[in-house]
Amino acid sequence: MEWSIRADRPVYLQLLEQLEAAVASGVYAPGERLPGVRELAAQAGVNPNTMQRALAELEARGLVRTQRTAGRTVTDDAQAIAAARRALAERHARDYLASARALGLDDNEAAALLAAVIQEG
Amino acid sequence: MSFLQFDNVTKYYGNRPALQNVTCGMEPGRITGLLGPNGSGKTTMLKLAAGLLQPTAGRVLIGGAAPGPETKKLTAYLPDRVSLPRNFRASDAVALFADFYADFDAAKAVEMLRSLGVEASQRIASMSKGTQEKTQLCLTMSRGAKLFLLDEPLGGVDPATRDYILSTIIRGYTEDATLVISTHIIGDVERILDDVVFIQNGTVAVADSAEHLRETRGKSVDGIFREVFACL
Repeated sequence: MEWSIRADRPVYLQLLEQLEAAVASGVYAPGERLPGVRELAAQAGVNPNTMQRALAELEARGLVRTQRTAGRTVTDDAQAIAAARRALAERHARDYLASARALGLDDNEAAALLAAVIQEG
Repeated sequence: MSFLQFDNVTKYYGNRPALQNVTCGMEPGRITGLLGPNGSGKTTMLKLAAGLLQPTAGRVLIGGAAPGPETKKLTAYLPDRVSLPRNFRASDAVALFADFYADFDAAKAVEMLRSLGVEASQRIASMSKGTQEKTQLCLTMSRGAKLFLLDEPLGGVDPATRDYILSTIIRGYTEDATLVISTHIIGDVERILDDVVFIQNGTVAVADSAEHLRETRGKSVDGIFREVFACL
């Protein structure tokens, strides 16, 4: 997967966000085995301990699990993945709404604009 | 206790102080950045840990022991300048390290050199500075050491290759090893650091975890560094 890590925010949070998005969007498929911690850290160009911490949090959220034999895999719980996808999409929707409001659109205009953009494809 | 411990260390060169009362520790399984401007004392600290210099006062401990033949076996030191014989080929350097260090993995070194585009038959003298540094880094990182001391590992390497070198370091080091990287090019390195120690005029100015600094100050380590050293 593609990583984009900036240095002015805690790296742990950015890893968590990007891993969550990767699982929610299917970059890592349900049940797929993840690369090892160090390999993931090398790909992202970050510290292995920081990557470990992000993966542990992802596990606490039920999106990945550690299996003694298979290493770390993405959950095959479709509901958990769908819930994560919805939560992320909702966050983007709220960001859009906030930007539209900041530009002076009222909420009806914001909704109409989104509908129009969808229609245009 | 830290694997590498500086305990009230002072070092004079003649009557010029290089380090004054430095106390700090580097932990196993973590990567520590030793950060400071040129001449702040970073290289002196690494040389003390490598056993190449003796402190004027205070002590340096590696796994509880003073630097000596026993700790040197556990320590992989990358000097800030290229120290390989100029008439050597890259392959001769691999053979030298294999002879010299029991923990050296020659196959790993050959593979790393290949992946960084260094020809085994190339002579050190005919390499660019960046390629010489890459060669020396590959050799150092191919040791199964407990303590890695890397003095400016990215100094002569072009920015495009830096990320690749950093991932090579991450993939390469022994699990539970203590890694110390000195640099003044902080922006490129900070994402791989657990802990940072800022050295200012031979004293410790800041010692903290990189994430804690970002959380509490809302800035990159590079940004904080510029702030700390701007008022000089």
